[in-house]
Amino acid sequence: MVSRKLLYGLSAIALMSATSAHAIDVKLGVLTDMSGLYADLTGQGSVWATRKAIEDFGAEEKGWNVEVVFADHQNRPDVGSTVVRQWFDTDDVDAVVDVPTSSVALAVNELTADRNKVFLVSGAATADLTGSACTPNTVHWTYDTWALANGTGRAIVETGGESWFFLTADYAFGHALERDTSAVVEEFGGQVLGTVRHPFPGTDFSSFILQAQGSGAQIIGLANAGGDTVNAVNTAAEFGIVQAGQNLAALLMFITDVHAIGLENAQGLIFTEAWYWDQNDVNREFAAEFAEANRGNKPTMIHAGVYSSVLHYLKAIEEVGSAEDGAAVVAAMKEIPTDDKLFGEGMIREDGRKIHDMYLFEVKAPDESTGDWDYYHQRAVIPADGAFRPLEDGGCEFVASAN
Amino acid sequence: MFELIGIPPQAFYAQLTLGLVNGAFYAVLSLGLAVIFGLLNVINFTHGAQYMMGAFAGYILLTLFGVPYWGALILAPIIVGAIGIVIERTMLRHLYHLDHLYGLLLTFGLVLVIEGLFRQQYGVSGRPYPNPLPGGQNLGFMFLPNYRLWVIVASVVVCFATWYLIEQTRLGSYLRAAVERPDLVQAFGINVPVMVTLTYGFGVALAGFAGVLAAPIQVVSPMMGMNIIIVVFAVVVIGGMGSILGAIITGYFLGLVEGLTRVFYPEASSTVIFVIMAIVLLIRPQGLFGKAK
Amino acid sequence: MTMQNRTLIAFLAFMVIAIVAPFFLYPVYLMKILCFALFACAFNLLLGYGGLLSFGHAMFFGGASYFTGHIAKVWGWSPELAILAGTACAAVLGLVAGFIAIRRVGIYFAMVTLALAQMFFFFSLQAPFTGGEDGIQGIPRGHLFGIINMRNDMALYFFVLAIFTFGFLFIYRVIHSPFGQVLKAIRENEPRAISLGYKTDNYKLITFVISATFAGLAGATKAIVFQIASLTDVMWQMSGEVVLMTLVGGMGTIFGPIVGSVVIVTMQNYLAGFGEWVLIIQGVVFVIVVLAFRKGIVGELIAWYDRRERRKQAGEEVEIVHAPATAKAEHL
Repeated sequence: MVSRKLLYGLSAIALMSATSAHAIDVKLGVLTDMSGLYADLTGQGSVWATRKAIEDFGAEEKGWNVEVVFADHQNRPDVGSTVVRQWFDTDDVDAVVDVPTSSVALAVNELTADRNKVFLVSGAATADLTGSACTPNTVHWTYDTWALANGTGRAIVETGGESWFFLTADYAFGHALERDTSAVVEEFGGQVLGTVRHPFPGTDFSSFILQAQGSGAQIIGLANAGGDTVNAVNTAAEFGIVQAGQNLAALLMFITDVHAIGLENAQGLIFTEAWYWDQNDVNREFAAEFAEANRGNKPTMIHAGVYSSVLHYLKAIEEVGSAEDGAAVVAAMKEIPTDDKLFGEGMIREDGRKIHDMYLFEVKAPDESTGDWDYYHQRAVIPADGAFRPLEDGGCEFVASAN
Repeated sequence: MFELIGIPPQAFYAQLTLGLVNGAFYAVLSLGLAVIFGLLNVINFTHGAQYMMGAFAGYILLTLFGVPYWGALILAPIIVGAIGIVIERTMLRHLYHLDHLYGLLLTFGLVLVIEGLFRQQYGVSGRPYPNPLPGGQNLGFMFLPNYRLWVIVASVVVCFATWYLIEQTRLGSYLRAAVERPDLVQAFGINVPVMVTLTYGFGVALAGFAGVLAAPIQVVSPMMGMNIIIVVFAVVVIGGMGSILGAIITGYFLGLVEGLTRVFYPEASSTVIFVIMAIVLLIRPQGLFGKAK
Repeated sequence: MTMQNRTLIAFLAFMVIAIVAPFFLYPVYLMKILCFALFACAFNLLLGYGGLLSFGHAMFFGGASYFTGHIAKVWGWSPELAILAGTACAAVLGLVAGFIAIRRVGIYFAMVTLALAQMFFFFSLQAPFTGGEDGIQGIPRGHLFGIINMRNDMALYFFVLAIFTFGFLFIYRVIHSPFGQVLKAIRENEPRAISLGYKTDNYKLITFVISATFAGLAGATKAIVFQIASLTDVMWQMSGEVVLMTLVGGMGTIFGPIVGSVVIVTMQNYLAGFGEWVLIIQGVVFVIVVLAFRKGIVGELIAWYDRRERRKQAGEEVEIVHAPATAKAEHL
């Protein structure tokens, strides 16, 4: 491994001296959901964040030629892989950005490695991207299923929520989230009383909520996302689940979901996120600019992740001197410590996992909120070293073979 | 008996009650479809989108104009119905002399346009709509939210009123006659085209009504119609295309069946209706309540 | 020019374009067009010539792509065998579905096929080998006959073109055989065909199976080209898409489905940059076609050409004042 890194370093220096006089060409492709269930938490906002990162990097001042293209994958792996194939084959795209929806991300992941390009994941959840499906061309930035399960599951069990019942979206992502969370719950001494799987996307959650109620579990874990979570939370409020003494745990929740549910029904929800717009002045400033360009919405952690990952990617290209060799650029990204205004200092692990603090948030009650989008209390910081799955547990093959 | 299959009777009754609530939506929606199909021979694929528009009309009335739920319940169907009338006059009208297929295809295209525009404007996360009837009743075997109780009542009233209007009144008899022999009815001095237009508007207004009814318990989202339309189609087919009574009864009935499936095999709850549809079509192709032709 | 000549010229022109195209255009995009064109041709056989609107053809298209994907990836068969096996599965599926569906006509036929397709969708979601929402990813393209490396887009393109041409000619042959004539007779007037002694149900069933088989062939090929089989291919929206392609191109015409799939696939490909507007534009196209160009692109072209021919034949002495009224007798 050391020798390979050295090699990259050397070639980087060689390339840098060769190309420093020339303008660097970079083309980024933002592949995201522009029309479906996740369009609000990724979508056009991710394109904006990509452009913002390029601007803040000062690409123009440096004389670089950075281009952004984007496309809607409609949450369909086949559409996504078709677009990306074309980007790589005919449009000379160097890196694919964002890609919510795990199934699409896995498809893109494979293609990226095959063509030796770069994949900067922010939107997708599956921890397999740095585990069984890891490649030397992928960086998984914002969060993953393991981090969510670990953050939320552990925090709740430790504060006394020991018996769980899962409401799971009946597809791969839901199953993964349920599996990871069950493992955490049981590891910390809790127990899982049962689970019910609902069709995806679900329209009516009342009967599932009733089954959860009937189980008598303290915690109803929602292993679903987007519109399904919103629906389930609303239905639970209607049936007075929380007043009757049970609590909800949303395993994947974004601020746009909270906005859709409204504080009245969402209050008290606990969940894990990587970033919140109201944490500090820098974030607030970023959010204000974002809102101006995006129908007044605040950015989600995914948007922030897109911004940071693109920024770091450009820095790495500056080191390497060219965007041509995807694996070399990713190696440089792992080499350089990460440091940007939204995620602060951090690093990217060998398997491509970006390591940073995660946060446990609780949704405010309506009377605690001072204005639009003032939704979260920060309950705890999950320190970077324990926030993500340990390297050796992931089963990432190329890391194992390099060592 | 219930103990044998591991379902406590309470949970069983609770699920049945919830199934009835869902059935209430199916009934109102399939009723609108049946009215339109029965009297216009148009398969209104847009029905789901119009249901969604009803919910959004309620949401917009509330947030922009401060019209409360009860006002929206009257206004939104009128607005959606009016839009429906525009669609009928400008587009559908030109397809009546053709095969049914074209009406289906036109409305299918309209769905793409309408849903796309709403997505463009409102995103897809959906918007919350406050519950106008918080609280609930303890029925002994379950806690039934007041609003869901209201949904059942409202849908029964609307369904009955529509059935009465079409099957038992003079206006209804004109309508039915106009379907059989438009030329004759026209000759009696009744303006058939206007009647057809108003019928379509009425069917669409029913969808809008269901939309407002759904707003407080299902997030108001541009996708909400997409999810339900295929199921409602199946309901209409099982009931018998064009049969008013069939659509209503089948709507409630399938809500109950779906509720039962959720108890025994939840993963199949979105498919059970199609299984029933296939079986019914094989045994009794005209549908449970349809007249054999 | 006779009808036959016209078709022959059009076919030759198509073949020339198809052979030259990959040297100028992106081969994967062209292969997508070919797959969907074959799918639409198969669908058109049933709708345009059999008069049966199936709203469940995604079942055969997607089903075959799942089977092919599984066979190529897990069993490691070479691509041509995997495609054959997948197509065979679609044929069996078509036989079962057709057996149930052809007992009904018109809108009921559409609904039965939709119901069956929804059940198949459920099966695809639940069955372990389909990979649920992830689909079957990373299907190997493999080596054709164990020799030619299919990872090369050009090699694969000509393989796909060969498959398409075979499918297209087969369907063309069916349409212009005595069998096809009976089929058209059934479409126009089923009671009369029955009274003439034809077992119309057998004809419909055979047509349904052929249509399903070639829809399956298209789906199987697509799985190899894109190396993925997913739920998209079995969703009811996919059944709607093939209706759209056939309609835009012109149903009941030989080349309509090809033109339709070129238009729709191109739109999806090159408008992708417009994000959420693509679906809206697609909807607008749908509406315009239904309202104004019901014959579809090819259908309108043929009608225009025929009018011109007729005008020529009518001679110059009669000056035509009125534009010919648009034909109202649509037949499905």
